[in-house]
Amino acid sequence: MVDATPAVSVSGRSRPFGLGLLGSVAGVAFTLALTFLGLTAITFVIARVMPVDPVLAIVGDRAAQDVYDQVYRQLGLDQPLYTQYLRYLGQLAQGDLGVSIMTAQPVMADLLRFFPATLELASVATLAGVLLGVPMGVLAAVKRGRWPDHLVRMVGLFGYSVPVFWLGMVGLLIFYAKLGWVAGPGRIDVFYDGIVEPVTGSILVDAALAGEWEIFDNAVSHLVLPASILATYTLAYIARMTRSFMLDQLSQEYVLTARVKGVSEKWVIWRHAFRNVLVQLITIIGLTYASLLEGSVLTETVFAWPGIGQYITASLFKNDMNAVIGGTIVVGVCFVGINMLSDLLYRMVDPRAR
Amino acid sequence: MSELVETRHGVRAWLLASSPRSALQARCQRFYISWLAFFANPVAMLGLVIVAGLVVVALLAPWIASSNGVDPDLDARLQPFSSEHWFGTDQLGRDIFDRIVWGSRITLYIVGLVAVIVVPVGLLIGTVAGFVGGMVDNVLMRITDIFLAFPRLILALAFVAALGPGLENAVLAIALTTWSPYARIARAEALTIRNSEFIMAARVQGAGTVGILYRHVMPLCLSSVIVRLTLDMAGIILTAAGLGFLGLGAQPPTPEWGAMISNGRQFLLDQWWVPTVPGIAIFVVSLGFNLLGDGLRDVLDPKSER
Repeated sequence: MVDATPAVSVSGRSRPFGLGLLGSVAGVAFTLALTFLGLTAITFVIARVMPVDPVLAIVGDRAAQDVYDQVYRQLGLDQPLYTQYLRYLGQLAQGDLGVSIMTAQPVMADLLRFFPATLELASVATLAGVLLGVPMGVLAAVKRGRWPDHLVRMVGLFGYSVPVFWLGMVGLLIFYAKLGWVAGPGRIDVFYDGIVEPVTGSILVDAALAGEWEIFDNAVSHLVLPASILATYTLAYIARMTRSFMLDQLSQEYVLTARVKGVSEKWVIWRHAFRNVLVQLITIIGLTYASLLEGSVLTETVFAWPGIGQYITASLFKNDMNAVIGGTIVVGVCFVGINMLSDLLYRMVDPRAR
Repeated sequence: MSELVETRHGVRAWLLASSPRSALQARCQRFYISWLAFFANPVAMLGLVIVAGLVVVALLAPWIASSNGVDPDLDARLQPFSSEHWFGTDQLGRDIFDRIVWGSRITLYIVGLVAVIVVPVGLLIGTVAGFVGGMVDNVLMRITDIFLAFPRLILALAFVAALGPGLENAVLAIALTTWSPYARIARAEALTIRNSEFIMAARVQGAGTVGILYRHVMPLCLSSVIVRLTLDMAGIILTAAGLGFLGLGAQPPTPEWGAMISNGRQFLLDQWWVPTVPGIAIFVVSLGFNLLGDGLRDVLDPKSER
């Protein structure tokens, strides 16, 4: 939880060709393909192998035998497992995630509808975490052992230890119910719903584009609390990592040299040390962004936020396996993709990592 | 062994002697010195006290709680804090303090079970990969990487969806998504040990690969695995509570803390303590594990980040 290694650490291993950047790109692509294959294999096992009877989940336990047999064949369950898996891969490649029982829509269409809400929430939370966490981490490293350092440590411990769904509830109780500072659950008030034409899917951007500032304000008021709650963990993580990266850099000899030469402390911190930290931070930020996409599940449930997390949990209770697995795959692909992207970016920016 | 029965001063001197005369003495010395460093760290001690408190409460639950925390008492619904009900009562009139006390057993059960599954699996895969090397290493680490790359909570959700809600399935789902970092740690340790002289010596004496792995490699990997486990405990508790909150973990009327928050949600506005108190319990216990883990890391692994 507090380790600095990227979730998919390709660095240092899997450099099959030793061709510098090109080689590492090939390595990343190989790992990516393998990881996706693994992801689909596991979801396949979860969806088709583990449930006691996938046919019963579709036809119900009172279906006639011939209906049962028909669905059994339709699902391809009479074929060997590897054939089923290949068929499953083929469907996935075409973007076919099956039909949701709950909404009677293709799962893909549902996910496209719910995804922007999650993306908006996670993006704002990541942005908040970065804008606050990075300066806090730098400050803690510079003032090591003094009160700003202890404060950052405390914020970190809080962020790592608090159950986010509980924090969301308490936040709603205080800031919505008691103080009335923010709007309640949901993305927007009911009477504003559906006025703005969805262009990007982000209500904030859409409202701003349409010049509907009243709606924009309302959306912000709905977004502030869930985004802050979600940002707690990000803030803790980013501040802690920034601190430790900065401490690493500040103890290097080039910093000593710069100081001896009489370079001002501000210049040493921001132009020398921080610039080197920046590269490492890319990975960390990518990592948190990816984890927020999945971490928003609980926050979305508390705030009735119509995102992908809520879609998955709601489907879960309806035994809507297609929707659950579809959501898992989409989040998984985003998660893996963002991780790889930040890993790749890291190699491009930092020549030492090649 | 006669040194042990000397005076207190003598024991201390024995523990701090510059050249230990027996393996036992050396082992005791290492433990004692680590303990001194740990003891000097008040934050880590706080963590230890919290975790020890959790264990004590779980062990003594039948004596601490005045009820079994499950039977409803509809005459005492939703009461605020009082001397009779320290943390008030929930919608079925059950004493929240008692439910928290009984819930500590479930929390310990979850983290214990996850640890029992995850540590051996991670150790086995990691040490075999690191020690044997070659093709075996490649295949095992690819699998580990794949699991490492997955979104944990979502995957746990999918597992529980397939297996059906319940405490054991939640534990299984968490374990399935948690073992991979342990394999990586164990592999890294095994790689550094692999070419040591004492391994060579054991081999020359005729020890087989399995024996060397079990007797020499695994024990040496254990300390970093344990540090990581302690740091992970908070995350495991939070994930389990999250699954409980979503209704996928322990089922009612089990006093699992996450499920208690979920059940009390509708009373948030008027009887705020019903969902709030279990959340504080989760927070305190996770904090305890985090503090303890930080302290252990400082003592056992001085090279790591400060």
